[in-house]
Amino acid sequence: MTAAALIAILVGMALLLLRAFIGPTLYDRILAVNSFGTKTVLALGLLGFVMERPEFLDIAITYALINFVSTIAILKFFRYRSFQVPLVRRGQGGNADG
Amino acid sequence: MHSMFNGDFGIILVNIFLLAMLFAAAVAIARMRSLFAIVMLSGIYSLVSAAWYVAVDAVDVAFTEAAVGAGMSTVVLLGAMLLTSRTAKPEKPFSRLGPFLVCLATGAALIYATVDLPALGDATSAANTGVGYTYLQVAWFDTAIPNVVTPVLASYRGFDTLGETTVVFTAGLAVALLLGFGERSLAERIRNEGRSGDERRSKKASAASDEDPS
Repeated sequence: MTAAALIAILVGMALLLLRAFIGPTLYDRILAVNSFGTKTVLALGLLGFVMERPEFLDIAITYALINFVSTIAILKFFRYRSFQVPLVRRGQGGNADG
Repeated sequence: MHSMFNGDFGIILVNIFLLAMLFAAAVAIARMRSLFAIVMLSGIYSLVSAAWYVAVDAVDVAFTEAAVGAGMSTVVLLGAMLLTSRTAKPEKPFSRLGPFLVCLATGAALIYATVDLPALGDATSAANTGVGYTYLQVAWFDTAIPNVVTPVLASYRGFDTLGETTVVFTAGLAVALLLGFGERSLAERIRNEGRSGDERRSKKASAASDEDPS
């Protein structure tokens, strides 16, 4: 049962990798990477039970935390790209105040 | 201890699958021109390799790979992309024949060097005869941690690891204090100074153009 779930998740990882390769837009790729991180967490948890070492579950939870770092970085990246003008505007506001 | 080496076929298949995904991601990274897609794929590459390290029981290496590869290097690469362009320049095929040959020769030399390596689990190898054998004998009774590398790093050499962490943390803190973050950062200050200089110059120019007719 656990092995079947692991195989299913590995197949899902392969599909997400394919989406990251051919993804026509950037958002497909971001979604692929984010889901890939989630799939890695699940695969590690299941792998711990398949290998009869359930301690891997702790590692999987830590991976979930690490996965947020890159997601937040990507979101900030897009915020800065699209908010290039507001950044300038904020600086101008500071100059007007001072 | 290693179920992978006890003939557990499923785990071997999982390893092969993960390595195949690593290979596919590496080929795609080498072929792509969109830098954003390359950053995303390098994050995937780090995640897969971290999962593979866990699958072969190298948990501490996996932690490092996940934290540095999937976490920090994505941030650093995205920050570099903010400063440069979004796409790599297209290259002519076979224009990099020299580096390719160098890589091929280095890879061949490394494969040739593996011939001299002792076999896996060889009792007479250098790693198993000296102090390493003692660690293998006493590590379980001292710490009850199944992976021998982890007690050596975190218990027997605990002060060494603590010192390394202190040095790296101090260096990171010093760099962060020098460069700063957000509005007080060095990049922001340079940007503001450049803009205020531009404004002053434009004011001067407008003042000059005002003065000229009068």
